[in-house]
Amino acid sequence: MATKNKSVQREPADIKAELLQKYPPKVARKRAKQIMINEARQSETPAITANVRTIPGIITMRGCTYAGCKGVIMGPTRDIVNITHGPIGCGFYSWLTRRNQTDPGPDGENYMTYCFSTDMQEHDIIFGGEKKLAAAIQEAYDLFHPKSIAVFATCPVGLIGDDIHTVTAQMKEKFGDCNVYAFSCEGYKGVSQSAGHHIANNQVFRHIVGENDAEKPGRYRINLLGEYNIGGDGFEIDRIFNKCGITCISTFSGNSTYDQFASAHTADLNAVMCHRSINYVADMMETKYGIPWIKVNFIGANATAKSLRKIAQYFGDKELIDKVEEVIGEEMPAVEAALKEISPRTGGKTAMLFVGGSRAHHYQDLFAELGMKTISAGYEFAHQDDYEGRQVLPNIKLDADSRNIEELEVEADETRFRPRMTDKRMKALEKTGFKFKAYDGLAPDMEKQTLIVDDLNQYEAEKLVELMRPDIFCAGIKEKYSIQKLGVPMKQLHSYDSGGPYAGFVGAVNFYHEIDRLVNSKVWSYMQAPWQKDPQLSASYNWE
Amino acid sequence: MRKVAIYGKGGIGKSTTTQNTVAGLMELGRKIMVVGCDPKADSTRLLLGGLAQKSVLDALREEGEEVELDDIRKAGYGGTWCVESGGPEPGVGCAGRGIITSINMLESLGAYEESEGLDYAFYDVLGDVVCGGFAMPIRDGKAEEIYIVVSGEMMAMYAANNISKGIVKFAQTGSVRLGGLICNSRAVDNEKEVVEAFAEKLGTHMIYFVPRDNDVQRAEINRKTVVEWNPDVPQASVYRGLAKAIDENKRLEIPTPLEIEALESLLMAYGLMDAA
Repeated sequence: MATKNKSVQREPADIKAELLQKYPPKVARKRAKQIMINEARQSETPAITANVRTIPGIITMRGCTYAGCKGVIMGPTRDIVNITHGPIGCGFYSWLTRRNQTDPGPDGENYMTYCFSTDMQEHDIIFGGEKKLAAAIQEAYDLFHPKSIAVFATCPVGLIGDDIHTVTAQMKEKFGDCNVYAFSCEGYKGVSQSAGHHIANNQVFRHIVGENDAEKPGRYRINLLGEYNIGGDGFEIDRIFNKCGITCISTFSGNSTYDQFASAHTADLNAVMCHRSINYVADMMETKYGIPWIKVNFIGANATAKSLRKIAQYFGDKELIDKVEEVIGEEMPAVEAALKEISPRTGGKTAMLFVGGSRAHHYQDLFAELGMKTISAGYEFAHQDDYEGRQVLPNIKLDADSRNIEELEVEADETRFRPRMTDKRMKALEKTGFKFKAYDGLAPDMEKQTLIVDDLNQYEAEKLVELMRPDIFCAGIKEKYSIQKLGVPMKQLHSYDSGGPYAGFVGAVNFYHEIDRLVNSKVWSYMQAPWQKDPQLSASYNWE
Repeated sequence: MRKVAIYGKGGIGKSTTTQNTVAGLMELGRKIMVVGCDPKADSTRLLLGGLAQKSVLDALREEGEEVELDDIRKAGYGGTWCVESGGPEPGVGCAGRGIITSINMLESLGAYEESEGLDYAFYDVLGDVVCGGFAMPIRDGKAEEIYIVVSGEMMAMYAANNISKGIVKFAQTGSVRLGGLICNSRAVDNEKEVVEAFAEKLGTHMIYFVPRDNDVQRAEINRKTVVEWNPDVPQASVYRGLAKAIDENKRLEIPTPLEIEALESLLMAYGLMDAA
């Protein structure tokens, strides 16, 4: 890697120009709008284009709507039987492929390890799959007697028009003791998996939230939204909550149960981790039940401390405020000790993060703690507000693809709407700098002159690595091996490879060790294919 | 073997015309197989004397892999082979996919083999070319000769023009050609003239003019083709004439579909001729 030092010196504008150079003019024009050099901006109008269709021919990092709905949001709930209505491949390849961990609990009810599919065949496409779906729901019910069965539509179901909502409504009525509902999350809907998140949010809110009014014990009762318990992140966050005396009524949706969703409306605060995937539910719960929401982040020790203080400040109870400080005081020494040992080896190194709709933002906190600079980042499926902050929301123009996804009309619940806080106290809190319903976005938190790229693709990823030579590249499994072949260590931030947890205090220490291991290992740069050493291969026939 | 598909606007008389023509061809000594490509499975009713046919897709559903040719084809009037592709009930599934499956099934069972001694395979296709499945007979050389049933009515000609666009698309990559327009008269003003003019603009010809005659209706009530029901009525000769015209037809063209404006002005010129 002799060119390493030279290439780092390039100007961001040159790098952008070089990324676009290979494209035909029309494609280059479109992509130019999705590649932003981070600068101070005066206007509040979105400056980066996001949540638009990937240009055909580009090998995108994105997934499909079904993946977003079934895989991300609904996948981690252990006691809902998730049936994929479609050909077997959609079910098989989405079977536990994310490392959402779960604790089967005292009841042991856990269907996450199963793969349920209607296994549609050509014959079902021709004659319609409704009868087969009803039979599959019946079979699942007879075998497991679950509390709830969810049905997910794959592409062909949308094409042939199976009425999955009627089938599930009929089965729900027939069973009486099992909530059955369906998601019209055909893979082709929307421009990325983001549409699937929205569809999942809508149906969870419509069919589950509010089903169980029983009061749950606990003084400080919150929901944690947008935490998926990858590699046990949720377990670590729960540990911290327990220590602080905060009760988590429900998590959407890491290590969750059906009843958690059903009781979510009894909590007093919604703490939102992944804003992109779950803000819809937070907004709807505020309108219908009067639960305010705040943005939190448990990735990074400092971010965790900050989020805990924010929750304590919301409840405004001295006992909780003190307890939170005590816990932070107990947890931080281990974090600081680890940093003291590790950061001299990681300081000054560089990272690139291209993942998710929040992760590319959250993990920058951890890298900052290690003294590492994020030189380029972007999301796979975020919208403009995830880049620039929620204030640009009114300026985002709705396009046809977004209109295609249902927007629920929500009103205050006649009996169950209960403001959790007086207007006066809310205003007073806001005066101290406390922010409700606010999310800053990735751009303001990144250094100036860094490169922000939406919907990065295979070609641009390789080009970026070649031009900027980061010390580590973070994305998902699809990118993993192509990046490693370039001699750069790669960390999966969707599924954490085989590591984790990385959330909370213990998670932060785990992450420091992992990154230390990766950026200080030269193993990938020693890799050379035979033709790189000796491009002229020679051989002889064995009979000569 | 000549592979013929009959298209046209819904309700124009495709099935009736096809079966009556096939009866005429049979009289000429031709061996024919009729493949109905309509989920209603009513394309061979007149040849079979009823709807007792088990469709390809029904057989596939009941027998699975064990389907044999005799399960899905039945000899009708004069030994003509009758096959119904079948399909889902209205409002469910994908009928287009069903047609693709059943034609593939017929092929793999050897229904088109030379040993079957067929002179003709006729496809009677539902309505317009609404999706890929309904275009199946004109794709991949399943049908090579298309006749469009039309009348002098505007919507019928619109549909014919549209179908021609489909033929152009597949003619570029395959062997399909337009054999001509069959005018199934609705007794509109200047019908023969307007259809002839339209055919000329399309780059084809009106192969036959079938006048309106209630004997067709009478034969249909008796579940028979006109030729079988009463060989001596004038309409029987009409269908014999159409059969002969198709049998002798050498004009196979790639059509030149009209722009909508051109089609409308054509209709206006002929439709209002007498009023002017």
